[in-house]
Amino acid sequence: MNWLLANFPQTWELTTAHLYLSLVPTVIGVVLALGLGLIFGNRPRSRAVITSIASAVFTIPSLALFVVIPSLIGTQILDPLNVLIALSLYSSSLLVRTVFDALDAVAPEVLSAAEALGYSPARRRVFVDLPLALGPLAAGTRVAAVTNVSLVSVGAVIGVGGLGQLFVSGYQRNYPDQILAGIIMILILALILDRLIAVGARLATPWLHQGATAKSSTNNAPRNPSISTGANTEGVSS
Amino acid sequence: MITFESVSKSYPGGTRAVDELNLEIATGSFTVLVGPSGCGKTTSMRMINRMVTPSSGRVLIDGQDVSGIRAVTLRLGIGYVLQNAGLFPHRTVLDNVGTVQRLLGLNKAQARAKAYEALERVGLDASLALRYPAQLSGGQQQRVGVARALAADPPILLMDEPFSAVDPIVRLELQQEVQRLQAEIKKTIVMVTHDIDEALTLGDKIAVLAPGGVLQQYADPLSILTRPATNFVSSLVSKDRGFRALSFESLTGLSTTELPAPDTAGRIHLPTLGNGFSAEINHDAATVCWSDGVTVRSAPQPIIRPGDSLRTGLDAVLASPSSAALLADHDGNIGSYFTLADLQPLLSKATRVSS
Ligand SMILES: Nc1ncnc2c1ncn2[C@@H]1O[C@H](COP(=O)(O)OP(=O)(O)OP(=O)(O)O)[C@@H](O)[C@H]1O
Ligand SMILES: [Mg+2]
Repeated sequence: MNWLLANFPQTWELTTAHLYLSLVPTVIGVVLALGLGLIFGNRPRSRAVITSIASAVFTIPSLALFVVIPSLIGTQILDPLNVLIALSLYSSSLLVRTVFDALDAVAPEVLSAAEALGYSPARRRVFVDLPLALGPLAAGTRVAAVTNVSLVSVGAVIGVGGLGQLFVSGYQRNYPDQILAGIIMILILALILDRLIAVGARLATPWLHQGATAKSSTNNAPRNPSISTGANTEGVSS
Repeated sequence: MITFESVSKSYPGGTRAVDELNLEIATGSFTVLVGPSGCGKTTSMRMINRMVTPSSGRVLIDGQDVSGIRAVTLRLGIGYVLQNAGLFPHRTVLDNVGTVQRLLGLNKAQARAKAYEALERVGLDASLALRYPAQLSGGQQQRVGVARALAADPPILLMDEPFSAVDPIVRLELQQEVQRLQAEIKKTIVMVTHDIDEALTLGDKIAVLAPGGVLQQYADPLSILTRPATNFVSSLVSKDRGFRALSFESLTGLSTTELPAPDTAGRIHLPTLGNGFSAEINHDAATVCWSDGVTVRSAPQPIIRPGDSLRTGLDAVLASPSSAALLADHDGNIGSYFTLADLQPLLSKATRVSS
C-alpha cells in the first residue's frame, strides 16, 4: 500500500495505459462481432467458418499471439499495436458467437412481423435485429472487457503491459508491495469497467428493465405475494 | 379485388401446401380462410404480400400481378396481424404502432400522432402508449398488433389467426371490435383461422381448405352451413349446426313485454317475472345489471338490439340471471323485455325451416 501511495503518479500513468490497451480492443471486438454477426448471421455456411475460426483463435495462448503478430505484420516487438491486435482478435472471437446466439434468440414472430410490415432485409437487420441483440451482447462485452484487463498484463513480458509491468519489476526486485499495487489497480479497473458497461447497457436497452418496475409498482403487485414476503423477511433480519 | 389464378405452392421436400387455388376476393369484403392445421392457409395468405412465392399461377391485386411489385412497396400497403401479435419487444406501444409510418418516411412526431389515432380506433387507452409489449396482457398486445396493421390506413388487411392465442372472453371482445372496425373502415380483410365458428361469425365469404391445400367451397356463411359442397365441409360444420343456423335468423316477430318505469334509485322492477329480479341499465345504455336484492349485482349483460340474431337473443336469455333480456328499439330506447317463452315460436319456426 505504501508503495502505491508513494508512486501514485507512475502507477496512474500505467493505469491509463492499461485502460487504453484493454478498452480499445473491446470496442473493436464489439464492432467487428456485430458487423460479422449481422452480415453472416443467416448464412449457415459462412457462419460455420467464422465460428470455427473464432474457436481456433481462442485456443492460441495470448503470449504466443503477442510474439507471433510482429513477424506476421512486420511491427516492432515492443509495439503496443501487437497487444491491441491480439486482444481485438480475442474479443471479436468471443463476441461474434454471442451475437450469433442473440440473433437466433429473436422470436420468429417478430421477424415475420418485420418482414410483413415492409422492412427490407438490411433495414430489419439494423432496426430490429441489432437492438434485440444488444442485451446478450452487453453481457458478453462485460466478460470481454474484464478478460482484456487481465490479459493486458501478460503483455508486460514483452514490455507492453500497462500495470503488468509492476508485476515484472516487482518480481525481479523481489518487492511484493509493488505486485500488490498492480493487483489492486487491475482489480479496481476491471470492476469499474464492468459496472460502466453494465450501466451503459441498461441505458441502451430500456425495454429489458421496464417490466420489473411497472409490474411491482402497479397492477401485478398483489398477484406476486412471494416478492413482498421476501422483502419483509429481509427487513426483519437486517 | 384480390385474385388467385390457379395458384399452387410446393415446398422443397415435396409438401403440397396449396393446390390449384382459384379465388376472387372482392374489395371491401371480409374473407376467411378456414381449415385444419397444415392445409395451406398461411401459405395462401402470404402469397398476397409476397412473403411466399407461388410455384405456379399468379396472384393479382386489382388486376396487377403482385410479382411485378417491389416486395417492400407492396407490403407497406398491406396491413398484417400475426397470431402472437409479433410486436417489437424493444419499442413502446406507440412506436410499434407507428412502425409503418416511419417506414413510409414520416418523422417520429408525425408517426406518433398517427399512432395515437390508431390506438384510439382499436379501443386502447392512451395510458398504455409508453409501455413496452412485455408490460401488456395478451389481449392488449393483440389489439396493439391490430392498431399497428391499421395505422397507415392500408386498403388491405391480412390477419393470421389473430385471436387464437387469447382466452375466449377476450377473443369475443376482439372479434366484436374487428367487426365494428370493418363496418367503419371497410377494408378488404383476409383472415385465417381454424375455428369454423369464428369464420361463420366474421366472414362475408368463407373459403374452406382441406389438407393438401385443396379448396372445398368458397361461399357466404349461410351457404356453407346449409349447403356444404363436399363431405369435408359438411363434417366441418355438422357440430352445433342447428344452433349455428340461429345466427342467420332475425328477431322479427318477437313478442315482448313493456318495461315499467324505473323507481327513484333507477331500478326497474319486473314483478311479472316472478323471481324478484330488478334491472339497472348501465350508463353505456348497452348493458344491464340484474339484482334480486339478496345476491350481489350481476355482471353486465348485453341489451339486445332489433338487428341482432335469434342466436344472440337466445344467448342473452340463457345467460341472464333473471331469465329475461332487455330489448332496445331502432332509436336505441330500451322499452321492453322478453323471455325464453317469447323466443319459443321463433325457435320452432327456425328449426322447422333448417331441418
Ligand atoms: N417454409 C416451409 N418449408 C417447408 N414446408 C412448409 C413451409 N411452410 C409451410 N410448410 C408446409 O406447408 C403446409 C401448409 O403450411 P401452412 O403454414 O400454410 O398451414 P396452415 O394451414 O397455416 O396451418 P396452421 O393452421 O397450423 O397454421 C404444411 O404441411 C407445412 O408443413
Ligand atoms: Mg398458419
